[in-house]
Amino acid sequence: MRFGQVLLGAVLALPAAGAALVAAVPRDRAARLVGTVVAGLTLLAALPLAAGGRGWMAYGPPPAVRPWHQLDLPWVPGLDLRFHVGVDGISYPLVVLTALLTLLCCAYTLWKVPDGGGSGRALVALLLVVEVGILGTFLALDLVLFFLFFEVVLLPMYAIIAGWGGADRRRAARKFVLYTLLGSVLLLVGVYVVVAAAGTADIVALTGGSGLSRGTQLAAFILLGLAFAVKSPLWPLHSWLPDAHTQAPTVGSVVLAGVLLKMGTYGLIRVAVGVAPEGARWAAPVLGALAVAAILVGALVCLAQEELKRLIAYSSVGHMGFVLLGVATLTATGIEAALIGNIAHGVITGLLFFLAGAVKDRTGTGSLAELSGLRETAPRLAGLLGFAAVASLGLPGLAGFWGEAFAVVAAVERGGTFWTVLGVLAAVGGALTAAYFLRLLRRVTHGRPSPAVGRLAPGLAGAELTAWAPLVLLALAVGLAPALVLGVASDPVAALLEAAR
Amino acid sequence: MSLVQSVDNVALLPAYLAAGTAVLVLLADLLVARAAATVAVAAAGAAATALGAALVGTGAARRTFCVGADCSYVFGGRAALVGALFALLTLGVLALSGPLLRAGRTPAGEYCFLLACSMTGGVVLGAAGDLITLIVALETLTLPLYVLVGLRRGSLAGAEAAVTFFVVSVVATTLTLLGAALLYAVTGGLHLGRLGATLAERPALLDVPLTTAAVALVVLGLAFKVAAVPFHAWAPATYDGAPLPVAAYLSTASKLGGVVALLAVVEHALPPATTGPVLALLAVLTMTVGNLVALRQRRTVRLLAWSSVAQAGYILAPLGALALAAGRAGDVRATAYAAAVAYAVFFVLLELAAFAAVVALRPADADGGTLDDLRGAARRRPWVGAAFALALTGLAGLPPGLAGLFAKVTVVRALLDGGAGWLALVVAVNAVFGLAYYLRLAALLYAPAGTAPAPDGDRPGQRAPARAVAVTLAVATVVAVAVGLAPQLVLDLAGR
Repeated sequence: MRFGQVLLGAVLALPAAGAALVAAVPRDRAARLVGTVVAGLTLLAALPLAAGGRGWMAYGPPPAVRPWHQLDLPWVPGLDLRFHVGVDGISYPLVVLTALLTLLCCAYTLWKVPDGGGSGRALVALLLVVEVGILGTFLALDLVLFFLFFEVVLLPMYAIIAGWGGADRRRAARKFVLYTLLGSVLLLVGVYVVVAAAGTADIVALTGGSGLSRGTQLAAFILLGLAFAVKSPLWPLHSWLPDAHTQAPTVGSVVLAGVLLKMGTYGLIRVAVGVAPEGARWAAPVLGALAVAAILVGALVCLAQEELKRLIAYSSVGHMGFVLLGVATLTATGIEAALIGNIAHGVITGLLFFLAGAVKDRTGTGSLAELSGLRETAPRLAGLLGFAAVASLGLPGLAGFWGEAFAVVAAVERGGTFWTVLGVLAAVGGALTAAYFLRLLRRVTHGRPSPAVGRLAPGLAGAELTAWAPLVLLALAVGLAPALVLGVASDPVAALLEAAR
Repeated sequence: MSLVQSVDNVALLPAYLAAGTAVLVLLADLLVARAAATVAVAAAGAAATALGAALVGTGAARRTFCVGADCSYVFGGRAALVGALFALLTLGVLALSGPLLRAGRTPAGEYCFLLACSMTGGVVLGAAGDLITLIVALETLTLPLYVLVGLRRGSLAGAEAAVTFFVVSVVATTLTLLGAALLYAVTGGLHLGRLGATLAERPALLDVPLTTAAVALVVLGLAFKVAAVPFHAWAPATYDGAPLPVAAYLSTASKLGGVVALLAVVEHALPPATTGPVLALLAVLTMTVGNLVALRQRRTVRLLAWSSVAQAGYILAPLGALALAAGRAGDVRATAYAAAVAYAVFFVLLELAAFAAVVALRPADADGGTLDDLRGAARRRPWVGAAFALALTGLAGLPPGLAGLFAKVTVVRALLDGGAGWLALVVAVNAVFGLAYYLRLAALLYAPAGTAPAPDGDRPGQRAPARAVAVTLAVATVVAVAVGLAPQLVLDLAGR
């Protein structure tokens, strides 16, 4: 077993074992500490995955997916299921982001366990199980295994929302789990439509759609596309998201927005477009139109939104719209924009939810009407909120810019009236995004302090700074040097599109 | 032709063991007259039967009671699996019966004897090679259950349940018998293989209205036994009125019996082009109605009963692929049968675990109670609650209940191999309905206890579950986790 394979195994095994360990440790605080250490080790195991193995050394034409490292073990031959995981430039940034956000959430839980009755120990254990599911989804190179990990996330996330969420958490959690389960059962059917036609579930072999008839590809893309559209979420299948976000505890929202939604967009790029390119070309106009609708609808809803977390949740609908628009163009620029948009949204919205959680915890309300003048009493918090909002609206130089700008560029470059109109509408949506974030800042940070804000202490806890600083730095780093993401992603994207042509 | 048949006693060994168990239990009850001894004899007999079935099944298929090439008793891989499962389920149910028998309203000797008789029917059922053996075995399996359901002294609910069950079941058997008789009139054969061959060789027979009627009667009669919609109405009432361990037996072993009988006739005897559409329709109705009605249940056992109606739909679903020509090719057919068996195996395992957990959480001799009786149960008994929740997620088909997930995956895969994508979608959407009520029950286990006082015998620390119940629950859970991690074991067994 080579070093890379050991790392791949460790990235999945560490959080899984960690979750069991956390559940077994009797003392609450010690258990949370163990969980945080395990999450840290997972990040340490994920980082060096980038090292080595970039070249492809094999005879014959190179396959469309060229993992840097892969681990391929038989599991259930009767169901065409192999434990086949690997990492490449498309998945690596997401893997690191997942490990990082989980670590930050665990560390944050070390400092503060959300109210709701559940123990902090159980919350950390569930976070680690969710991490296993998300990492497995990003790493899987077998369709059935991909589906399996896709499902692993559902119930733990349900439990996080239902156990530690806000007042209306049970209904929101139910809605989340049933809605997204509908997505994943469609995924199951889609996966076996492909497997039954192709006789293999190996994503490496399937990418490019060779050997699948047009009819199969269309059927597969419809099923897979719907499945990922629910998860991403794509308008009009998004309605689970605002409720889930509003009710989820802070760490739940961060994981949900930061990486869980990315399972949808990643799956769309890796599985739906990769395995059924013919179907993707056929459905691209619909996907593009819905993505632009999501951008506009998300922005308009945000303009009228009166609740802080709900506003950020709806802004996710808009941002994921940009990502999906990038994917829908099926060009290298568009998919690279989608990938960097994914990362940027994960970092920035993760930060925004941390900040919104902090505001809500301190003031006891998330209503914009009751929040104002935050910069008078809590200038640091207000400053960070301003930074995150500005990053999210896509100011050049910060992470949010690249994904949105280049999604628009890709749509215009695609040419034709239809795509140009989509590009222009998306740009208008971008402007609306700026409008509602500035409105948010005006309402929350400026003005005279409201009674709820007036009694805030100015300081931030050390744990909060520790959890937020990496996200602030990443938002800056990705904004100033997008090559951090694009450098590793451009080759795999080119190979994917080459095979899909 | 010699009138004296040579009988392969080795092939019959599991049946001997099962029947011997029943006789020994009766003797033990008569001679020793101590409940513990009777139960021990029954348990030892069930274990021996399981072992015997497994041992005989390791070799090649054994046939006996043959007329020419047609045999009435074929003990192959499938029969061994079914026999061993029946014996193990009986063992499990015996273990769950401890609190019930100790409560004293149910006579232990009769209880164990009837259970052993039922097990005998199940063991023979898997090996049945002709329609008469099949129906007699199925009746041997079911008859003792009428009594078991109503055996509790002074229980009106039990008596009502028993009568409902008896009436419906007898009607069903009559239908099946009538169908068998008509089939004999059409083809002149009763052996499953002979029937299948005759109908395949002479397609003209299929155009005779009598054949269609006969096939329909056999299938519908057996559909009663698996409680497929629209022949399901007896199940919830019967399960809820029966003592909990008997309800567990009904929803696992008895349901398995119906599935095995249905599979046997569909696989070997009846023309798939005729049965396919009927089974597809039954499957769709069964899972959809079962799931939708389960959503509204307020009583634990009724919820499990309706959910097991729905699960029967998933078991039948792969057979629905036979409705399409693509689903009738040799290989694909075998996949569909194997998928149905595999699903049934995963299901009985999870269902047994779920019932074991209910027994563990409820006071001795109590019925299943309402859902609210289980509120916060997992906070009082974390291990039992966790096992219950695991079984429920498995029944819903989601991780961490990997066994149930793989069961659903097996069915969907078999359906898509047979080109029945629409049926796969129905199964998939039903899984979402299913999760809604399994999750409600699971969430209730972890909900904070309400203001209502805890029901009798259910206060924290007052009563630990009986050891046998706890062991059953633990074993069922461990096995479910194991086959969840290595589902190939079940798939291999089911495909034999």
